[in-house]
Amino acid sequence: MAEPLLAIEGLEAGYGPAPVLFGVSLTLAPGEVVALLGRNGAGKSTLIKAAMGLLPPRAGRLRFAGQDISGEAPWRIARAGIGYVPEDRRVFPDLTVAENLAVGRRPPREGLPEWTDSRLFALFPPLAPLSRRRAGLLSGGEQQMLAIARTLAGNPRAVLLDEPAEGLAPVLLEPLAGAILEMAKAGVAVLLAEQNLDFAAAVADRAVLLARGAVAFDGPMARVMADASLRESVLGVSA
Amino acid sequence: MEWGFWLAQAVSGLAGASALFLTAAGLTLVFGVCRIVNFAHGSFAMVGAYVAVTLLPPLLAWSPSLSVFLLGAVLSALAVAALGAAVELLLLRRIYRVPELFQLLATFGLVLVIQDGVLQLWGPEDIPGPRAPGLGHGVAILGERIPAYDLFLIAVGPVVLALLTLLLRATRFGLLIQAATRDREMVAALGVNQALLFTGVFALGAFLAGLGGALQVPRIPASGGMDLPIIAEAFVVTVVGGMGSVPGAFLASVLIGLLQAFGILAFPKITLVLVFLVMAAVLMLRPQGLLGRPEPPARGAIEGLAALPPPSPPLRALAVAAILAVAFLSDDYLRKVATEMLVLAIAAFSLGFLIANAGIVSFGHAAFLGAGAYAAALLSVRAGWPMEAALAAGPLFAGTLALLFGAALARMGGIYLAMLTLAFAQITHAVAFQWVELTGGDNGIVGVRPAWWASDRASYLLLAAALVLPAIWALRRVLSAPFGVLLRAARDSEPRALALGLPVVAMRVAAFALAGALAGLGGAVFAFSRGSVDPTLLAIPQSVDLLAMLLLGGVQAVAGPLLGAVALHGLKDAVMPLTDLWRLFLGLAILLLVLAFPRGLAGAWRRA
Repeated sequence: MAEPLLAIEGLEAGYGPAPVLFGVSLTLAPGEVVALLGRNGAGKSTLIKAAMGLLPPRAGRLRFAGQDISGEAPWRIARAGIGYVPEDRRVFPDLTVAENLAVGRRPPREGLPEWTDSRLFALFPPLAPLSRRRAGLLSGGEQQMLAIARTLAGNPRAVLLDEPAEGLAPVLLEPLAGAILEMAKAGVAVLLAEQNLDFAAAVADRAVLLARGAVAFDGPMARVMADASLRESVLGVSA
Repeated sequence: MEWGFWLAQAVSGLAGASALFLTAAGLTLVFGVCRIVNFAHGSFAMVGAYVAVTLLPPLLAWSPSLSVFLLGAVLSALAVAALGAAVELLLLRRIYRVPELFQLLATFGLVLVIQDGVLQLWGPEDIPGPRAPGLGHGVAILGERIPAYDLFLIAVGPVVLALLTLLLRATRFGLLIQAATRDREMVAALGVNQALLFTGVFALGAFLAGLGGALQVPRIPASGGMDLPIIAEAFVVTVVGGMGSVPGAFLASVLIGLLQAFGILAFPKITLVLVFLVMAAVLMLRPQGLLGRPEPPARGAIEGLAALPPPSPPLRALAVAAILAVAFLSDDYLRKVATEMLVLAIAAFSLGFLIANAGIVSFGHAAFLGAGAYAAALLSVRAGWPMEAALAAGPLFAGTLALLFGAALARMGGIYLAMLTLAFAQITHAVAFQWVELTGGDNGIVGVRPAWWASDRASYLLLAAALVLPAIWALRRVLSAPFGVLLRAARDSEPRALALGLPVVAMRVAAFALAGALAGLGGAVFAFSRGSVDPTLLAIPQSVDLLAMLLLGGVQAVAGPLLGAVALHGLKDAVMPLTDLWRLFLGLAILLLVLAFPRGLAGAWRRA
């Protein structure tokens, strides 16, 4: 296998005196969708924040597109080509949809088609008529789309998506899954932290299961869906 | 009174409001993005004024026209912007992560450094500015002669507001400022170089302050004491308008400008008090300010600082032994110094109590020290009260004042409260300074004599110790009592304390009143020791001295404020006779301390 786009090796991180991750390793290839699964408190969000540089890693290495990004500032990691969509969306409520996209806008990258506003609106059609509306007035689902679109406007090579399906109406999940598959088809790698197993299964090729801050399983998503005892022991999901 | 007179008064108020708005807009933008309250912002305005009075005369001699005048003002503001950028790069960039208290102290260190720097560069005399060509005349409106320059300044305010709005809404820099004001971390995660953005915003803020200062010079001469009144007013304006809101700052400066212009007609001595009352009224109705939005609870000002540990018996014995030794074995000079150290120790300790336990950072604690001193001195000298009664009245008066201030504003909490304590202290100082009939103005009150039995220095030192030391130990008891514990709970998480049913605001008010009363006790003791009181006792620099003592000593240990008081007082005694540059020295010392020991000396000692 060629060198992966993102390689996390032996990552340790935590908050204050409390350690959360104990030597997590995983890889992400271009255009691949990897589901990051685990119970509440398993360390999914922590892993994503540490990969983004928002939490200083205590040990371990982060390599992205051939360069070492361990310990870099978040804005440098973002410029290197990693996009971050936080769990609580964090759109800028006073700015309009178009202005939110403008804040995220960065130059296109070689080998990837540029995410222009029109392409972003094609990916998330409900946003198109709202471009002049203030983001604070959008519904939760629209804010989620905007948060992803804003990150894509930076033309990242990889996107870290933290629980995008959380709190969304079931009717919105299918278009969201479609958008994620579309992103992957356009060459963007996606690391998707998710609680919703069916949603993850709809988009991910591979799954990494976290339990108590360590990797409990790394393999095809289909195996997770087929192996009830694995799901039971790591995720506590019996159905 | 004619209509024309009222109009003239309104024009004058609005002209002042314009300059105030420029300065306040800069402060509010910087706070919004960098989350730093810059005490040196008034100093930037002062530097703008000084650069303008230096730059304008040669420029106008070369070509006396209004456009050259404006060019000169903008050039002055650009010079201040460069100074601001340098400050951000060299100082602030290193302290974005230290507790807020130390950030505030560091910017105050900057105030001191700039004060002495201005004094060295431009001398102690006020320097009047040139008139603006073409605007030096008066315009007759309704039979009243209105200065044309005032009318021009009134127009500047809305024009700058419009330009700023355009900048914020229509440029990428402006979009980033707005986005970062709401969520800095997210902006960084989107690939925006925060360091560059912060420097840019800080330079923009300094530019606005410099412009405000420069445009004032045809009306008000550049003077070395203008920085603190400007920053106090700018604080009031930004808090009333809503932190981070530029239109709010505009609205509030118009309100405050008009209040001052008309208030001076009704209450010439206490105009500032009127301003303060209106501010308190606005904030009681809208704690987030006129156009501000409710802020999520900010991170604690003293985040990471532990509460005071139990007092150690050896310290107690040591303090008593030292005082007895000084009282019986030394000379009168040392006895006086020791008495003053006790005064400063209780003032610093009560402030440390407030900061470490209530999470309230007061930048005006000297107001209560001064209030106690003035109350005791006035009752003793003017009303002929005996010393014992006057000593008791000092803490009562200061405590009542603190209670009233707390009742009006303790709801605010955090950084807002810190800014308002500074404004409050500035106003207290102005009252002591301006109400000459009562307070003796600049000269203060002299002839405050202790009772016969305490009139020698040794007896008075023992009396001071008998009052101050038990007070300190009593306060220390309060800390370990349930009240102290609950106070710290509310400090750490106001929402959770409220959810538990704790009367958070009432507790904060009580802590404030207690700390004010103890500082007032120190003040009353001081009045009889010194024999006089004057406005420097409650001026802002005195408040900052108290904070510097805590910075030196740290608030983690009981001994911290005491050691800090002894160290700073000793240092002042040793350094002041040697150099005129005491403020520069103190300012640099504060900056170095914050950069090197962001937890105070005692804190550093403890960790080592």
